[in-house]
Amino acid sequence: MLKDITIGQHYPTGSVVHRLDPRTKIIGTFVFMAGLFMVKNFEAYFVVVTLLIVTIKASKVPFRYVLKGLKPLMVLIMVTFLINLFMTRGDVFFALGPVTMTWEGLRQGIFMALRLMFLIVGTSMLTLTTSPITLTDGIEQLLNPLKKIHVPAHELAMMMTIALRFIPTLLEETDKIMKAQMARGADFESGNLINRAQSLVPLLVPLFISSFRRADDLAMAMEARCYRGGENRTRMKALQWHRMDVVVLLLVLGYLGIMIWMRVR
Amino acid sequence: MSIKIDGLTHTYNPGSPFETHALKNVTMEIESGEFIGLIGHTGSGKSTLIQHLNGLLKATSGSIWINSVEITKPGVKLKDIRKKVGLVFQYPEYQLFEETIEKDIAFGPTNLGLKEEEVRQRVKEAMEMVKLPYDELKDRSPFDLSGGQRRRVAIAGVLAMQPDILILDEPTASLDPRGRDEILEQIKLLHQQKKMTVILVSHSMEDIGRLVNRIIVMHQGTIAFSGTPREIFSQAEELESIGLGVPQISHLMKAMNRNGCQLPEDVFTVEEAKTIIMDYLRGKHHA
Ligand SMILES: Nc1ncnc2c1ncn2[C@@H]1O[C@H](COP(=O)(O)OP(=O)(O)OP(=O)(O)O)[C@@H](O)[C@H]1O
Ligand SMILES: [Mg+2]
Repeated sequence: MLKDITIGQHYPTGSVVHRLDPRTKIIGTFVFMAGLFMVKNFEAYFVVVTLLIVTIKASKVPFRYVLKGLKPLMVLIMVTFLINLFMTRGDVFFALGPVTMTWEGLRQGIFMALRLMFLIVGTSMLTLTTSPITLTDGIEQLLNPLKKIHVPAHELAMMMTIALRFIPTLLEETDKIMKAQMARGADFESGNLINRAQSLVPLLVPLFISSFRRADDLAMAMEARCYRGGENRTRMKALQWHRMDVVVLLLVLGYLGIMIWMRVR
Repeated sequence: MSIKIDGLTHTYNPGSPFETHALKNVTMEIESGEFIGLIGHTGSGKSTLIQHLNGLLKATSGSIWINSVEITKPGVKLKDIRKKVGLVFQYPEYQLFEETIEKDIAFGPTNLGLKEEEVRQRVKEAMEMVKLPYDELKDRSPFDLSGGQRRRVAIAGVLAMQPDILILDEPTASLDPRGRDEILEQIKLLHQQKKMTVILVSHSMEDIGRLVNRIIVMHQGTIAFSGTPREIFSQAEELESIGLGVPQISHLMKAMNRNGCQLPEDVFTVEEAKTIIMDYLRGKHHA
């Protein structure tokens, strides 16, 4: 039921990409996105696709698994495509009453849908190859300079760690409560909208209660181990740049260079 | 109601790095009116197995018949199956959600489409079965109760559906000895009086040995042994090799024999052991 959600999931394979410093991967992802938004024509997409394929190959995550992440967002991608298809002015090639499709719209629709798909695949590569804990570690380190202007980098990172840490737990819990209520004859799948909304009550109430209980327990457990926020906190596994990170960052810069060149050419 | 399972296999997250083969080619039969104890080490697949019996989990392969209805076939009305097969989950107290205890227990029977009067009657009966005073508690919030009482409310919620087959997943986990004995006693009564088929999942050899007609031992997704408590507990070494043990009292009998007594070793309730030891001691005195 809920097992199809792979966004934000970690897929450990121990590959080169997995072993990169999380900061490299975060910066790389942002640069990738920046480059992607500079794309004006289909040719530039070849660079993007090549980069994605190389990354996926190097990460040893199966293609099928990466593409599965697109499934829950297919609706969004379709809507983007259709809006562009119908709303762009230009050469009409199909008309039915007030509904018109234009060549420009078709091109624009495909262009935007591809951009969205590359964006999703690219960002999911970050989470697929980086465990949530390392990821937030990286974010905290990158935000560190902002501490000078009183951005609570550590607290933000800690909140993210906890939130990410509890997503699978909550999914599991939802699954369990759903099954328990289904065993008592609950029906989550049929009926009209109002019926369905009502049928969620037996799921949501226990879920909320257990989330509060978990939050309470966690706060208690952290305090019992003397957690006092980020001040003077050291870490067991300090992040370290390696030669591979430098190589990757240079490659990423190269990609950005190409994208800029293709844009202004 | 009888259950027949043939070649049941279940794989969690197939095709991903988290793939787990939780059940491997499980075949077994359970007769109508049997009281089955299902034991096995943590992760041996007990919970996975029982969730197949009312269609909550779909078999990766294999088939299940409940009273000659094949429930693994596509298009089977699962709601009818769930009416007949009641399943009490591990830690069921976390599924409570209604404002009052009465409403919560009524959730199942109401979903069956019964009339209000009938529902109330069933709620009352179910609460009596788990020793919760109906008049005193029916309008209280389930969240005001102690953990053990909440567990009873949750069990009553399944009993009120009056299933023919009752499956309980570790119903006594983390209860005090008194609460544990009361609940087990109640389950035994249901089995004897209502002729329910009962499957009890438990880690306690003592409880299982005392209550059930037949024990099914699971190990790494397969059925390792199946037989009466006497048959099962006579294989102490085999049980220990898969991380399980025999009841403490059987150890005592063995230890006494090592010290020169001649006692039967296939004893697994304290009462039985008491009678045997007393008789033995008396016999010695007179001799
Ligand atoms: N929802 C799930 N997703 C993935 N794997 C699961 C899931 N539920 C169980 N498993 C795996 O299936 C195997 C069997 O689990 P199961 O819950 O059936 O064991 P169990 O015998 O009930 O154990 P316990 O005595 O601890 O309750 C375990 O290896 C477990 O990790
Ligand atoms: Mg279990």
